[in-house]
Amino acid sequence: MQAFTQLTAVAAPLFRANVDTDIIIPSREIRGVGKQGLAEGLFAGWRYREIGGREPDPDFVLNRPEFRETKILLTGENFGCGSSREHAVWALAEYGIRAIIAPSFAPIFENNCVRNGVLPARLPSAAIESLIAGLEAGRTGRELTVDLEACEVRGADGCIHAFSIDKEARQMLLVGADAIDLTLRHRDEIEAFLDRDRQLRPWVYLQGERDERP
Amino acid sequence: MSAAAPLSLLDKLWLSHLVRELPGGTALLAIDRVMLHERTGSVALRGLAASGRPVLDPRRAFCTMDHVVDTRPGRGDATLMPGGEAFISATRAATREAGIRLFDVDDPDQGIVHVISPELGIVLPGLTLVCPDSHTCTQGAFGALAWGIGSTEAEHALATGTLRMRRPRSVRVTLTGAVGAGVTAKDLALTLITRYGADGGSGAVLEFCGPAVTAMDMAQRMTLCNMATEFAAVSALIAPDERTLDWLQGRRYAPVGETWERAVNAWRQLASDPEARFDAEWSLDATEVAPMVTWGTSPEQAVAVHAAVPLEPRPGRPTESYRRALHYMGLQPGQPLAGLPLDAAFIGSCTNSRLEDLRSAASVLRGRRIAPGLRAICVPGSTRVRREAEAEGLHEVFLAAGFEWREAGCSMCFFAGGEHFGTRERVISSTNRNFESRQGPATRTHLASPETVAASAVAGCITDPRPLLN
Ligand code: SF4
Repeated sequence: MQAFTQLTAVAAPLFRANVDTDIIIPSREIRGVGKQGLAEGLFAGWRYREIGGREPDPDFVLNRPEFRETKILLTGENFGCGSSREHAVWALAEYGIRAIIAPSFAPIFENNCVRNGVLPARLPSAAIESLIAGLEAGRTGRELTVDLEACEVRGADGCIHAFSIDKEARQMLLVGADAIDLTLRHRDEIEAFLDRDRQLRPWVYLQGERDERP
Repeated sequence: MSAAAPLSLLDKLWLSHLVRELPGGTALLAIDRVMLHERTGSVALRGLAASGRPVLDPRRAFCTMDHVVDTRPGRGDATLMPGGEAFISATRAATREAGIRLFDVDDPDQGIVHVISPELGIVLPGLTLVCPDSHTCTQGAFGALAWGIGSTEAEHALATGTLRMRRPRSVRVTLTGAVGAGVTAKDLALTLITRYGADGGSGAVLEFCGPAVTAMDMAQRMTLCNMATEFAAVSALIAPDERTLDWLQGRRYAPVGETWERAVNAWRQLASDPEARFDAEWSLDATEVAPMVTWGTSPEQAVAVHAAVPLEPRPGRPTESYRRALHYMGLQPGQPLAGLPLDAAFIGSCTNSRLEDLRSAASVLRGRRIAPGLRAICVPGSTRVRREAEAEGLHEVFLAAGFEWREAGCSMCFFAGGEHFGTRERVISSTNRNFESRQGPATRTHLASPETVAASAVAGCITDPRPLLN
């Protein structure tokens, strides 16, 4: 997994609450059994004029020329709610989004971000609104710096906002760790747990075909 | 350390699965069951195979075909969704390779993952169960810690038998009083989401308790827990009671004989201790709840069926979200919901497609017909539900009323490029999500109970079901 330490890039405002994963990547845009080929379907319902079409809606923020190189999203509460589809994060990442700044995230989406090297940074609404005001005015450009080591978002005008993130999530993102590898280091403890648990809760441990009674 | 520190149900489930604490406040938690479906499970199994890691214990993982599979009578592998067959064949191949039991398209136990898992006794009290699907919380109705994850986390659970997880907040939701006639668990859930917000349960496990919960049958309890993800909650829980045990006994993967007795003894301990502490307490008097219907594009945008669209946004929410929802739904502030003409009605989904739901809808439809020009569809949650409904003759009630009667699956709960009701059509639906284009291109979804859907289908417009109940 790609590590995340610090990023200075164009940030786009999408200040809406409850942006769900059906909006981020509509199910109709997920055409194959895989994690690729999803960027084109990102925000398809908002980004294109027609459902299923490809003619850009010029009003949608990511279609505006000044936000073409967006790598950071500034958005509203409960971002990524709804379906658990990890395709939402795969689509964002493939498009080039590396960090999302929101007052809150839906829990499954937040985990999915961390597993794919995308930073979910929590910042209060008021701070996001002030960052958006700065970006929209465009006086100091459209870029922000997101610094995961310092847990800070910095604007070109010198403003600094401290963001919050889960400790383990931060650690995994900083080193680009693979969670399965980390967990398999505890293989002995997992085995010991299972040995104990088989005695305590035998009904948990199914026997395969033998359980296939009518 | 005090030996008798009071524990919540969540505490008990957490502690009994704790393999070890990890640095940074996370824990390694043992996972007892992994459920998969062809939409997201296929991706997880492929990812795992590509990394060369085996499934730790394939006997504790199960897979079903529900999301992509066609639901028209006489179906095979062909799907209306473009490319759907690739998901079906990939799932078949990947589960065979991994040695995971698959409930295939033509299996008598096939159905929506959260409907068949309880039916087969795959979920049991006290278990941890995960699935790459957000409505896994449904299964918390059995006193199991069951929650939705992403595909990468599903790979983790399959490969290691564990997940790395931060302990969720706990919220106790006490439902007092008793619901009136024609009011259901769906209406309670929509009332709670509207009151506490679509992010009100963020990061929490909600424990539902109180007399209104105790009085519910298992189907209603599942409906209530199903909607927990619409609060952004991690999951929901209901402590198992005699009703839960009766319901589970004899199910295929439930223990038998002496093991059943042992299990039951353990499960009777699965309740929050009287002095247990919660991070938050919510309550609702069920007596005050009316049949609900959503007006917007988030489940938090709901009102009583006889009420009107709110005049302003929810406090603290961006005005843009409110305006967008109204524009999308083609509604005005202050407009009454009752009487709004409908194009279609849908009864189905993991929220409301169990036998009890179909019975309730049929009791409204019996001897009546749906409004002319309206399209109405009923999709049982599982092949077993379909069989049992047909044995009672419910399918005849639906068909006589003008409903289509389908094979089991998710069907038009979500739009994957295949079947839909039509662009910008207005649909009343027993599902769980009214998101933009969730059910079809620009489709306007109004969420409601099966009773309200059935009554509205008859009236041809959104309507209060209570006058039609006998
Ligand atoms: S019925 Fe709908 S909400 Fe439930 S699992 Fe299927 S697609 Fe998801």
